Amino acid sequence: MIWLDTLVQGILLGGLYALFAAGLSLVFGIMRLVNLAHGDLIIFAAYLVLLGVTLLGLSPWVAALVAMPVMFALGWLLQAAVLNRVLGKDILPPLLVTFGLSVALQNGLLEVFSADSRRIPVGALEGASLDLGLVTVGIMPLMTFASAIVMIVALNGLFYHTALGRAFRATSDDAVTAGLMGIEPKRIFAIATGIAMVVVTLAALYLGMRANFDPSIGPARLIYAFEAVIIGGLGSLWGTLAGGIIIGVAQTFGAALNPEWQILTGHIAFLAVMLLKPRGLFPRAVD
Amino acid sequence: MYRLTTRTRAGTATAIAVPIFIAAALALPAVTSRGVIQDLFFILTMLTLAQIWNLLAGYGGLVSVGQQAFVGIGAYAIFTGVILLDWNPVVAILLGGLAALLLAVPTAFFAFRLQGAYFAIGTWVIVEVTRLLVAQWKSLGGGTGTSLPREATSNIMGTDAIRALFGVREAGARDILAYWLALVLVVAVTGGIYWLLRSRLGLALAAVRDNVEAAQSVGVDAGRLKWAVFLIAAAATGLTGALIFLQTARISPEAAFAVTDWTAYVIFIVVIGGIGTIEGPIVGVLVFFALRSALADYGSWYLMTLGLAAIAVMLFAPKGLWGLISARSGLHLFPVRRRLAGPKIEGGN
Repeated sequence: MIWLDTLVQGILLGGLYALFAAGLSLVFGIMRLVNLAHGDLIIFAAYLVLLGVTLLGLSPWVAALVAMPVMFALGWLLQAAVLNRVLGKDILPPLLVTFGLSVALQNGLLEVFSADSRRIPVGALEGASLDLGLVTVGIMPLMTFASAIVMIVALNGLFYHTALGRAFRATSDDAVTAGLMGIEPKRIFAIATGIAMVVVTLAALYLGMRANFDPSIGPARLIYAFEAVIIGGLGSLWGTLAGGIIIGVAQTFGAALNPEWQILTGHIAFLAVMLLKPRGLFPRAVD
Repeated sequence: MYRLTTRTRAGTATAIAVPIFIAAALALPAVTSRGVIQDLFFILTMLTLAQIWNLLAGYGGLVSVGQQAFVGIGAYAIFTGVILLDWNPVVAILLGGLAALLLAVPTAFFAFRLQGAYFAIGTWVIVEVTRLLVAQWKSLGGGTGTSLPREATSNIMGTDAIRALFGVREAGARDILAYWLALVLVVAVTGGIYWLLRSRLGLALAAVRDNVEAAQSVGVDAGRLKWAVFLIAAAATGLTGALIFLQTARISPEAAFAVTDWTAYVIFIVVIGGIGTIEGPIVGVLVFFALRSALADYGSWYLMTLGLAAIAVMLFAPKGLWGLISARSGLHLFPVRRRLAGPKIEGGN
């Protein structure tokens, strides 16, 4: 029974990784930009939510709702003022700019919030669990997973059933031709990064409520997110969820064998998929 | 009558000045304190790492954020050689290069499967795997690390002669030896890269960087070229890592595979100095060291400043400080560009 339990925990953990990955996947899909500061932006958003809870006395959910428009604005600004200037055929400038941002964010957070690990308080919900007969699952992991599914459905709806989504897809396919049709690619990019930051805030909320965080853990979240995206195959959000689940299951099984192996088995699962299916399990985009 | 040349007047001046500079640097321990030698060791090793990363990213188009894998494995290889195999530390440095070369083969195999920008994070995953595996290695201290034993560090070849020559203590002699080795390494790496860029391989590299399809159409094997550059860079990084940790004499997975020390600093040095030139990293490491000395007391503000400075440079002066200097003055100290030289055409300019 312990293995079934481990499997379920791993699948639910995959929901968190899918939340980490969705923003990265969105931005890459639309503008071919790999944001190396993605993990640090998640941690930044987690501190923002924490501030809402501790300074304003809001509940974590309300604090996240307040943080979302703030993060949208910051994402929009980041894209419009900085990243749009360096996007181009050469992949070097955007990579180096986001790498610089990653280091600057990490150390800025360290200076403001210190290296102490923090947690977003959620009260009774933290330890609550649900007995499903065969296995007992925590309410918090369950909510994370449900949120990941809701978010994927919502993002897919946005992509395939709205005018904005059509503009996203058109820009992704061919920014120049999209421009001829009256779409302003740079404006589309800024909105896309803004939306990615809203997703980042949701990921940050669950990250902060489920476990301790400190300014240094961003890069590791970036790596999990990246692995989930690559395993799933570029361009498919459901694939990203599958990728997250594979990493999550590998990690919980690794941890069950030896706690020191948790992170390692996740990476090894990623390398194994890369070996067998270099383009991921469900590739949609051709890149 | 006409011929292709890379020679410039400044380049000739450099060719004369460099040997004088090297000779002076070799003699320097006679007149300076141990602190200066240690600072110079730091500058030279960072410069070596910066030149190597510049070769990868600036010339090869391979933006790796995982070079700390090769620093770390090189460091662990020298400790393996000294502690487990009882090798002489100076000889064991070569083991660092070999280990990095071996690690580079599977790394390249996986990372080259990732297109463009994803290559960067792919290299980072390999670092994490290597670091976590090394941390499991109990005979070299596992997650907490270990130190070089005293008997191993006390009888390094050459230190007795250095003690007699300069009248320094044993630890001072070890620093001088490490400094000389760093000097040899930085000259070899910079010289090697300079030679590479002026050779056929360098021409092919520039062609691939500028236009892959066009380069392939004239017979350049872009895939093989990427492999060659990546493996050369890995081996050189491994040697540097081994030397750095020979001088530190203490190792841990956190320190040996540190992304800040061996990749972030290195990237900032290259970006601020000027990517894609040999002069750039030299300017960059000087700026980096000056900033480090000035902001040493401000902890993380220093790193934050470096990060923001790198962003500002990419936005406003993508060719870095050296790019600004050479655009104003037309100066190329290490010319690699091929120009047509010959008699002036009648009536032409």
